[in-house]
Amino acid sequence: MITALLVMLGIAVLLGTVLGFSSIKFKVEGNPLVEKIDAVLPQTQCGQCGHPGCKPYAEAIAKGEADINQCPPGGEEGIQKLADLLGVEFKPFGEGAAPKAKSVALIDENTCIGCTLCIQACPVDAIVGAAKQMHTIIAKECTGCELCLAPCPVDCIIMMPIEGDISTWKWQYPVYQMAVVK
Amino acid sequence: MAIPGLSNGGGEVRTLHQFHGGVHPLINKTQSNGTPIMVVKLPSKLVIAMNQHAGNSAKPCVEVGQRVLKGQAIGLPEGRVSSAVHASTSGTVTAIDHQVVAHPSGLPDICVTIVPDGLDEWAERDGVDYQTTSHSELRHILRKAGVVGLGGAVYPSDMKLDAHKHKIKTLVLNGAECEPYITCDDLLMRERALEILRGAEILRELLQAEEVLIGIEDNKPEAIAAMRAAVAAEQHVAMEVIAVPTVYPGGGAKQLIRVLTGIEVAAGVRSTELGVQCFNVATAYCAYRAIAHGEPLLSRIVTVTGNVERPQNFEVLIGTPVNELMALAGNKSDTKGLIMGGPMMGVDLPDETVGVTKAMNCVIASSPALFPPPAPALPCIRCTRCADVCPAELQPQDLFWFAKAKNFGKAQEFHLFDCIECGACAYVCPSNIPLVQYYRFAKNEIWDRENETKAAELARERHEYRQFRIEREKQEKADRLAQKEKAAMAAKQVAAEVSAMTAGNPEASGDDTLQLRIDAAVERAKQQAAEIKPANTEQLTAAQQADIAEIEARRAKIRELAHPDAKERDE
Amino acid sequence: MLTPPFITKPTSVSQIMLHVMLALIPAIALYVWFYGPAILISLTLASVSALATEALMLKLRNRPLAPFLKDNSALLTAWLLALSIPPLAPWWLVVVGTIFAISISKHLYGGLGNNPFNPAMIGYAALIISFPVHMTHWLTPHGLGEISLTFSDQINYIFSGLLPPNITLDAITMATPLDTLKTQLHLDHPVKEILATMPIHGRLAGQGSEMVALGFLLGGIYLLWARIITWHLPLVYLGTLFGIAEVFHLADPQHFVGPLFHLFSGAAMIGAFFILTDPVTSPTTHKGKIIFAVGAGLLTFLIRTFGGFPDGMAFATLLMNLCVPLIDAYSQPKVFGQKGKSK
Repeated sequence: MITALLVMLGIAVLLGTVLGFSSIKFKVEGNPLVEKIDAVLPQTQCGQCGHPGCKPYAEAIAKGEADINQCPPGGEEGIQKLADLLGVEFKPFGEGAAPKAKSVALIDENTCIGCTLCIQACPVDAIVGAAKQMHTIIAKECTGCELCLAPCPVDCIIMMPIEGDISTWKWQYPVYQMAVVK
Repeated sequence: MAIPGLSNGGGEVRTLHQFHGGVHPLINKTQSNGTPIMVVKLPSKLVIAMNQHAGNSAKPCVEVGQRVLKGQAIGLPEGRVSSAVHASTSGTVTAIDHQVVAHPSGLPDICVTIVPDGLDEWAERDGVDYQTTSHSELRHILRKAGVVGLGGAVYPSDMKLDAHKHKIKTLVLNGAECEPYITCDDLLMRERALEILRGAEILRELLQAEEVLIGIEDNKPEAIAAMRAAVAAEQHVAMEVIAVPTVYPGGGAKQLIRVLTGIEVAAGVRSTELGVQCFNVATAYCAYRAIAHGEPLLSRIVTVTGNVERPQNFEVLIGTPVNELMALAGNKSDTKGLIMGGPMMGVDLPDETVGVTKAMNCVIASSPALFPPPAPALPCIRCTRCADVCPAELQPQDLFWFAKAKNFGKAQEFHLFDCIECGACAYVCPSNIPLVQYYRFAKNEIWDRENETKAAELARERHEYRQFRIEREKQEKADRLAQKEKAAMAAKQVAAEVSAMTAGNPEASGDDTLQLRIDAAVERAKQQAAEIKPANTEQLTAAQQADIAEIEARRAKIRELAHPDAKERDE
Repeated sequence: MLTPPFITKPTSVSQIMLHVMLALIPAIALYVWFYGPAILISLTLASVSALATEALMLKLRNRPLAPFLKDNSALLTAWLLALSIPPLAPWWLVVVGTIFAISISKHLYGGLGNNPFNPAMIGYAALIISFPVHMTHWLTPHGLGEISLTFSDQINYIFSGLLPPNITLDAITMATPLDTLKTQLHLDHPVKEILATMPIHGRLAGQGSEMVALGFLLGGIYLLWARIITWHLPLVYLGTLFGIAEVFHLADPQHFVGPLFHLFSGAAMIGAFFILTDPVTSPTTHKGKIIFAVGAGLLTFLIRTFGGFPDGMAFATLLMNLCVPLIDAYSQPKVFGQKGKSK
């Protein structure tokens, strides 16, 4: 009886040592978690998550201060990816936080007064202009974060949803009928 | 595996190779290959899409209301991979707007609508002698003439004719036409073999290929005979017509290259890197017309078959509305839809008023009797009949499971992008699973995600640069303020010193004060100069030291010349 | 929107299953000839319970009934199971086995195409573990036993467990050749003696069962000709079994029986052509099928010779089914254009 216990103890100690040694010797230097989370986020820098940009949100998630369902532009898929990455449960969006259709901003040139407030607000510098000059949005660079809408003193910026056209069309997930659904 | 003993009619025996898999659907070509090509007269209008080719859309270069001549460019190529689009007949441009196009989405795209004036008046056109024209000029002519691959991929042919310094041994001409129902290439080869071969000579010249191999499936004996006769009649050198076994998809470029030359062109590899290039026979014909006669691509042969009274081949002007074409063939009343292309890879046309495009090689009128709706799909039973027939030697069942589960990483690992979407797998599936749809979906999703990732990367870079810029501006501002502070402090100090000096000497006059100030300033400057220690003065190499000595000597000389009396003052 | 291809080859799952069931008919005919019509009762019982269970499970899973019931896969499982268990088994044995096979090993894993284990073999394994005694009461072939039962007697026994007066179960049943071999070897009798004294010994193996095995072989050849299965699995399995049995037999003829005995006994033939070749549970690549068959052959021999059960076919199949995903992953062939490269 005693010998059996001792043998088990010995094996446990041996295996523990081997494991501990391996975990130190064969440690893999991977990306820090924040970088990995940031790579999953959509980089809209919109602030809808409550943090001033995607990197701060990634840091908050890594620290455990933020939930993974705070990012509407990433969609449900983004939450799924974060859940997979962190090994946590998938959590759907809260009330009213559902993702909206992709859109770009548009400045009404008749109303723009050239105040540069929107230029300062854009997190990816997608607005071209200078003081007392016309401002315009580079549609290709706009991420649809909507941060420029609020600072505009004459409310001349609107969001235009991106319409699908023939160049953005893609085949959908095939769904085929197996039987008549009653 | 090589099949010895298949003759090319010239008495020699050439060894042909085989590709893995392939299926043998019912050929159904006799309906439409019994009558010669009928040239279609002018339709009521021409709806010519700007995006008729792979790459960038052509840019419209005409205006509404403008009169255009036959062969006049109405769309210019934009960017590297692009081609031109022309007016198929003379008439007036009545609209440049979005119209439904022959695309599976059914979405509209920019089209130029021309109403023919019935005169069929040509624009100025001039052929050139390909043997005395430079290669780049010839390629340019083809680009301006809108010559694109007429085998279905509509890739701008000029881009395929630049061998990029690779040595091309074989030019393959694809007359296989493996899909059931389609007979346009068959009829073209029967009726216009001489011009096809003249086009082949031009292509051979551009590629500097050693030999030309023309592959035709053995279910087209008349076409084979006609092409062989043409080779002999114009005594083409190193050009051979080879009958290949009839199997679908033997007309795929990679499959035909494998059969004729044994070379396997992997995905992502240009066939020119392996010394072979492949063109459709119709492309060769159009290349000849463009170079030798200056005629842009204005029409193509279209097979109209299926549920029609008079199935046959038509020579159709690009932009002819499909419903007018169907009327010519006698569309039957129980036709439920139109298929553009063949039954294996074709696309359901969204609207029968779309204009004929350069890619449209066949229109099949489908009815429930002719093409019964598919049985409901069952789960995959892993029977691997699909893997047995896949010409790309893939594992379609694995790709199906990964695409279904949206596991795109694994799908790519299993070579999803090698799939040529021939449909052989779905053809044999006993569970009737629409396999090709899953692969198309997966490919689209992967491309979409790559684009999104790139866009996100770009946004991140812009954001990071913006933050860096703001930091930098702050830093510069701080530096400037610091400088100002320093200057202000320095000025204060000078004033304090001067007042201290003048305080001790109340009789000093204004000039003296000034002189005192100047002296104090000079003193300070000397002190600062003394404090400034130049960096990198330690461990100088001999060469550097020699350099420095030389420079010092020069400086001393200059100082001497500039201030002959300063020396005395300093000492 | 209709999607291409708009034409398909006229095959379907139900047709494939039908071919396999047709291929079983020679063996069933020989079964009836040698053992009487009891097997037909088993087949009927199994078929009915299989379809009923399938219908019930489909309803519970909210799936449409018609396409799945028509695909003949449940029927095929039922037939294979019925052919693997003693023909004179009580009705509840057949029914329980079939219900277990269809509901647990097929539908609980996702239904057609999603089961990792061969359902017939799971049913067999469950029965042999739970009811070992009933599973070893195999009928004696005609002409061998002292008494033969009439058809009505057989039906009576199957459904009520009652035998006609003056007939005991021992009189009409006998251990299988493999079973006899195993027990006698344990008692240290040499092989030659066992074979000589085994009452049931026919030309190659057991008298009736070798003919049934021949029936399965004929059916298998039909399947090969109809291109329902490929040669990789059956030939390599039989070859491996033959090979390893021959090696052991040559090394020690007294303790290891010859290879032909192995091939024509037990479930080797039905396994080679009908059970191992089940597409859902076998590897998808040709290389994989060969590896699978070699493994199954080795395991069959090992279990038969050194293991605790007289016939190792069922467990060999199940154990190799476990390995199929791994075999698949490591036996992927090179695709078009990649053959010259290392990857």
